[in-house]
Amino acid sequence: MLSGIYSLLSAGLFVTLDAVDVAFTEAAVGGGISTVLLLGTLALTGEDSKPRRERWRIALPVVLITGGALIYGTLDMPRYGDPNAPIHQHVVPRYIQDSGQETGLPNIVTSVLASYRGYDTMGEVTVIFTAGIGVMVLLGAATRRRRRPAPAEPEPLEPETIEPETAGPELTPELAPELAKEDRA
Amino acid sequence: MELLGLYNYWIVVVLMMAGFYTVIAFDNLVKKIVGLTIFQTSVFIFYISMAKVSGGTAPILTGEPEVFSNPLPHVLILTAIVVGISTTALGLALIVRIREAYGTIEEDEIQAQDDQQ
Repeated sequence: MLSGIYSLLSAGLFVTLDAVDVAFTEAAVGGGISTVLLLGTLALTGEDSKPRRERWRIALPVVLITGGALIYGTLDMPRYGDPNAPIHQHVVPRYIQDSGQETGLPNIVTSVLASYRGYDTMGEVTVIFTAGIGVMVLLGAATRRRRRPAPAEPEPLEPETIEPETAGPELTPELAPELAKEDRA
Repeated sequence: MELLGLYNYWIVVVLMMAGFYTVIAFDNLVKKIVGLTIFQTSVFIFYISMAKVSGGTAPILTGEPEVFSNPLPHVLILTAIVVGISTTALGLALIVRIREAYGTIEEDEIQAQDDQQ
């Protein structure tokens, strides 16, 4: 649940940052699919997490040092929303000016994604395909293993449980109550 | 205050370190995946916030001269979100498989079982 809310929050953040396409994707993929996947995994693995010591003695210094280094690194970055940042100077003005005429699409993100960088998107589809195959192979093997011991387990029990019944009178619906009485007696 | 203009990066760093901490401090594999997801989202926010131009709008051509946010990081992150969800799905499937094989998803217990063999 929290992960779904988290994804929705980040989708809202993307809207305020003018990235509507990204927000759509995040809301659908992050808020929808990943929440379902996470809940499914929790259902399959059991949601109890053992209360144990966290390794905070190692983790906290590592995290603090890394974070400090990263923040030191941001000091040279362009300011938030600065239109003169280097990222906005190169390549992008051409897309903004010409993509409308060249592809006929009003949405620049769509025209870049599907037209200019179509190969990129095809590679992305390959990645999804590979991941899908991986998940199928992993979970398929898991369910096959679960199915195999299932018929193997009752077999050793059968001689003990069935023999008394076959030795006595044939078990029919009419006889069953009498058998039950005999058992009680 | 000139430095305050960097606050978007600082939010990203805090989020990223929260995810990083979750990955290295917990033994539960599902928690590690959740930490990785948070880490991923922080990178997404990093790119998208770099693309923002103050006073700009979403990069959709309307025919009028406007200031647009940078569309290229949006494209990158669209791809990254989808690739990220497929890697997350693969990781979760691996966890389910590990649970089948070891009966636990705590990393230290798995390590202990491996050492016994």
